[in-house]
Amino acid sequence: MRWQKWYKIPNQFHTTIGELNILSIILKKIYQAFFDLLPIILVIAFFQIAVLKQPLPQMGEVLFGALLVVAGLTLFVMGLEMGLFPIGESMAHALARKGSLFWLLFFSFALGFSTTVAEPALIAVAWEAAEIAGKGGLIDPGKESLTQYAFWLRISVAFSVGLAILIGVLRILKGWPIHYLIISGYILVMLMTVIAPKEIIGIAYDAGGVTTSTITVPLVAALGVGLASSIRGRNPLVDGFGLIAFASLLPMIFVMGYGLIIFG
Amino acid sequence: MEFFYDFGKTLLATLRDVMPIIFLIVGFQLLVLRQPIPHLKRLIIGGIYVVIGLALFLVGLEKALFPLGNIMATQLSDPDFIYGTGKVVTQADWKAYGWVYLFAAMIGFATTIAEPSLIAVAFKASQVSVGTISQWGLRITVACGVAFGISLGTFRIVTGTPLYLYILVGYLIVIVQTIFTPKSIIALAYDSGGVTTSTVTVPLVASLGLGLSATVPGRNPALDGFGLIAFASLFPIIAVMGYAQLTHWYSKRKTKHMEKT
Repeated sequence: MRWQKWYKIPNQFHTTIGELNILSIILKKIYQAFFDLLPIILVIAFFQIAVLKQPLPQMGEVLFGALLVVAGLTLFVMGLEMGLFPIGESMAHALARKGSLFWLLFFSFALGFSTTVAEPALIAVAWEAAEIAGKGGLIDPGKESLTQYAFWLRISVAFSVGLAILIGVLRILKGWPIHYLIISGYILVMLMTVIAPKEIIGIAYDAGGVTTSTITVPLVAALGVGLASSIRGRNPLVDGFGLIAFASLLPMIFVMGYGLIIFG
Repeated sequence: MEFFYDFGKTLLATLRDVMPIIFLIVGFQLLVLRQPIPHLKRLIIGGIYVVIGLALFLVGLEKALFPLGNIMATQLSDPDFIYGTGKVVTQADWKAYGWVYLFAAMIGFATTIAEPSLIAVAFKASQVSVGTISQWGLRITVACGVAFGISLGTFRIVTGTPLYLYILVGYLIVIVQTIFTPKSIIALAYDSGGVTTSTVTVPLVASLGLGLSATVPGRNPALDGFGLIAFASLFPIIAVMGYAQLTHWYSKRKTKHMEKT
C-alpha cells in the first residue's frame, strides 16, 4: 500500500500495521480513545465529589454514554486513516497532476461552500442572530424578514468559507507566507469591530468557530498537505497547513460586513 | 429503544453533513478527473467508520456528558453555592468565583483533548513533520491554551468587561508573536485556533457562558453570554506559538552552551 510506505514514522498508530493482527490494533485504538476521554471523566468526578459533594446523577446512563463516546472515537480515528485522509490527499494529487488552476480553485470553493451552507450549528447561529436583530428593531421583526435575514447571513458565511479555502489553496500554489495574509485579516477584523454594530460583533466572533465541522477539518487538512507535498518547492509543514485558519477568519469579516451593509 | 431512535437520528444528521462532500468528490472524479479512485473499497469502509463513529460519539456525548456538564455549570455558578445560602447579592464579586474559573479551565482542557478535529490535525502534523511535532505535545499545548482562554472568558463574564478589548489585545499578542516564532510552526499555530471549537467544546462552553451570564448579578445572557468560543479559538494560537518559541530558544541556548565548552 502506497500510503503506508510514505508515512513510516515512529508514532503509536502506524508502525505496527501489518506486523500485528487486526484485533490488537483495534484494542490499541480503544485504549487510545479511552485515554482521550479520561480527562473529562476526571474533571467531572473531581468536581462532583470534591467541590459540589454530590453523587453523580444517573450513573448508569452516564457510563453507557461514555462507552459510546469511546467506541465512536475509536471508529472515527480508524476511519480517518482509512478514508478521509487518503481521499483528501488523492484528490489533491490528482488535481495537481491535472494542472488546471480553474478546477482546483473551483473544487476548493465548492468544498468550503457546500460543507458550510447546511451546517446545523451555522443554521442555529444565523437564526439566533436574526432574532436578536429583530428584537433590537434593526430589521422588520416579521417572520418573513427574519427568515430572509438568516438565509442571507448563512449564504454569506458559506460563501466566505468557500472563498477562504480558495485563497488558502492559492496561497499554497504561490507560496505566499501565511502570516501576511492572516495578520492583515486580523487588522481588518479589528478595524471592523470598531465600526460594526454592537449586536453583530459577538455573533461574528463566534461564527469563525462554528464553521469548521469535524468531517471538514480532516479533509481540508489532507487537501492542504497533499497539495503542498505534490508541488515542488513547497514544504508540507510550512505550506500545507493554514486552510482552517482562513476558514475561521474570513467568516468574521463577512458577518461584520453583512451587518454593516444591512444596518448601514 | 430510545437509544436506537437517538442513534438513528444522529446518524442521519451526520450523513447529511457528509452528503455534499460525497457529491463533490464523486462528481469531480467522474466529470473532471475521469479516473478511478485508488483503493476505493478501503476508502468506502473508512468513510463508513467515520460516519458511524461520529454518530456514536455524538449520541454518547448527548446522553452522558452534556447534561452532566450543564448541571455542573449551573450548580457552580449558582449564587447560593458561591456566596452562601440566602444572601442577596446585587454586585458580582469576581473573587468569589474561584471554582468557576477552575472548572472552566479544567473542562476546557479536558474537552479539547477529546476533540476529534484536533486529533485529526495533530495526527497530520506529526506525520508531516516526521515525528518532530508529537501528537500529544501539540494536543496538550492547544488544550492549555483553551483552558486559559475559557477561564479568562468566564472572568470577563463575571466582571462584565467588554469582549472586544480582550480580543484586540489577544490579536496584538498574536501579531507580535508571529514576528518572533519559527516560520515552520506559524501555519499550524493559526490552524490550531480553528480546530479547537468543534463537536465537544462548543456545546459545553456555550452552555457554561449562557448559564454564568444568567446567574451572575447584573449580566445579560444576550450581551455577555457570547464570546467564550472566540476566547477558545484565540488562545491556542498564542499557546502553540509560545511553546514553539520556548523550545526554539531553549535549543538555541543549548547549542550556544555547547559551542562555548
